[in-house]
Amino acid sequence: MAGVTINNLRKSYGDVEVMHGIDLQIDDGEFVVFVGPSGCGKSTLLRMIAGLEDVTSGTVSIGDQVVNYVAPSKRGVAMVFQTYALYPHMSVYKNMSFGLKQQKTPAAEIDERVRAAAEILQITDYLDRSPRNLSGGQRQRVAIGRAIVRDPEVFLFDEPLSNLDASLRVQTRLEIARLHERLGTTMIYVTHDQVEAMTLADKIVVLRDGVIEQVGSPIELYTNPANQFVASFIGSPKMNFFASNDLVTDTPTTHITGIRPEHLILSAKDEAVVSGKLELIEQLGEYALAYLVSGTGTEFTAKMEVPPSTSIGQTLHFSAKPNTTHFFDAESTVRVMN
Amino acid sequence: MTDKQILEWKNRFAVAGAWLVAILFFFPIFWMVLTSFKTELQAIAIPPLLVFEPTLDNYTLIQERTDYTQYAWSSVVTSLGGTALAMLIAIPSAYAMAFSPTRRTKDILLWMLSTKMLPAVGVLLPIYLLSQKLGLLDTKIVLVVIYALINLPIIMMILFNYFREIPKEILEASRMDGTSTWNEITQIVMPLAWGGIASTALLSVVLCWNEAFWAINLTSSEAGTLAALVASFSSPEGLFWSKLSAVATLACAPIVVFGWLCQKQLVQGLTFGAVK
Repeated sequence: MAGVTINNLRKSYGDVEVMHGIDLQIDDGEFVVFVGPSGCGKSTLLRMIAGLEDVTSGTVSIGDQVVNYVAPSKRGVAMVFQTYALYPHMSVYKNMSFGLKQQKTPAAEIDERVRAAAEILQITDYLDRSPRNLSGGQRQRVAIGRAIVRDPEVFLFDEPLSNLDASLRVQTRLEIARLHERLGTTMIYVTHDQVEAMTLADKIVVLRDGVIEQVGSPIELYTNPANQFVASFIGSPKMNFFASNDLVTDTPTTHITGIRPEHLILSAKDEAVVSGKLELIEQLGEYALAYLVSGTGTEFTAKMEVPPSTSIGQTLHFSAKPNTTHFFDAESTVRVMN
Repeated sequence: MTDKQILEWKNRFAVAGAWLVAILFFFPIFWMVLTSFKTELQAIAIPPLLVFEPTLDNYTLIQERTDYTQYAWSSVVTSLGGTALAMLIAIPSAYAMAFSPTRRTKDILLWMLSTKMLPAVGVLLPIYLLSQKLGLLDTKIVLVVIYALINLPIIMMILFNYFREIPKEILEASRMDGTSTWNEITQIVMPLAWGGIASTALLSVVLCWNEAFWAINLTSSEAGTLAALVASFSSPEGLFWSKLSAVATLACAPIVVFGWLCQKQLVQGLTFGAVK
């Protein structure tokens, strides 16, 4: 097992730099999730660790070894692709054993390792089938099995759940979490889904435009986002942002105030921080989402246990739960202490 | 007329049109085969004869005058040899172009294909002289090399398109598995593109078999192919229609049967892998 150290890593395509000096320490056995919007460089970063993309400058180290010029198969990493990338012309067994065969592992050992991995993932019954005859979820398990068989020091997952339907995604997410629990191996996981990031990660790395915006535990990012981008990206539904003139209370005009939908409490007018006209209610059973527009035209969302009895078009008043309000500098968007 | 009747008539017209085109294409072949069983007099009779007493004289005469099997063997060797050589060059090249493309890859492919737009006669003289100096005139080797080269651009283009349909992630997965380039080509790319490779090879065999220009100009009695044999019946001895038809039928027959057997693969190859 090994950790991963990334030092001042840069990546350019021609004259265009897409990764701008990434520094990151991933500890041995840690589950790290790279998260960010499309095009933020999270997949590129993962592929550079895998060895599928060249490093323009800086270093990637796995354990104590700098691996910039080491072939992907010699880095001790295994990757699970979004599209599964199974070999369609080979049976599940052959898919899982292919890598070991390339490394000229003895047949008996290959068999043992394939069966052990199949046991963990409960795919023993499918070993003779072709990937074509498997469902999406089963295919993804085979892809994970192919990675396990190689007994890597670091697992790399590139949006592994994106091609699965919603219920299967939740189930497979749990399985990956269990797998990490069981193997204790370092895992790096790329996703654009902040729910996956929050539920799986020991440590989340939020990326934007080839720069790390913040690194921290899920709860750290939720309670102490470093800037407005992280605040808006982590948490669902998104955090509401208000300019000073949206609010009833006095805040400096240089600040943007952030309050999460779940921290807005329906209150009397004289206690309110913000008021808005009700536009729409989404009733989700467990809770309801109220979509509102403030007097100055800012849209915001409130999460409520009970939907308001007010009809559409009426004005509602909200206060914020204590110590949950965030302030950001209007210009730099960096968080300023409360 | 009701809408239904209009639709029915439209369908009838479409079917009739299709038949017309089919007959237009098939008729020359039908007439060639028919003429090959006529005497020379019957062949030039006006009005043309549809009913007559068939004769095999033309075929016996051809067998007496020339060695059909030698020409046929030449066709087989040059077609298969040319195709094999072309595939040997094209598979690794198309692999490189499909999976490690540069900004110029498309230009290179187009440039290669543009050589097919030149008239072959433009390079006849240098190629003839080269073959002569190398002592390759009237050998199967020269045709194998020429056939491989003239079909290479098309083969490359088709294979390139087939290879590009292989998801990049599969090759990346194999790289993560530590596959060597050779194993990657033979164990991943070739099995996945097998249908495409086979149909491309079939197409190439057909193109080589039907090639006449180079066969006529570079070979004669020793390495002449069936195309050269047919040509030899047309010019020096005047136009003997029934004999010409008989030899042309003999030249076409093997490749028509071959093409018929491999119809499905051929169509796949000709659609350039556009439809899966």
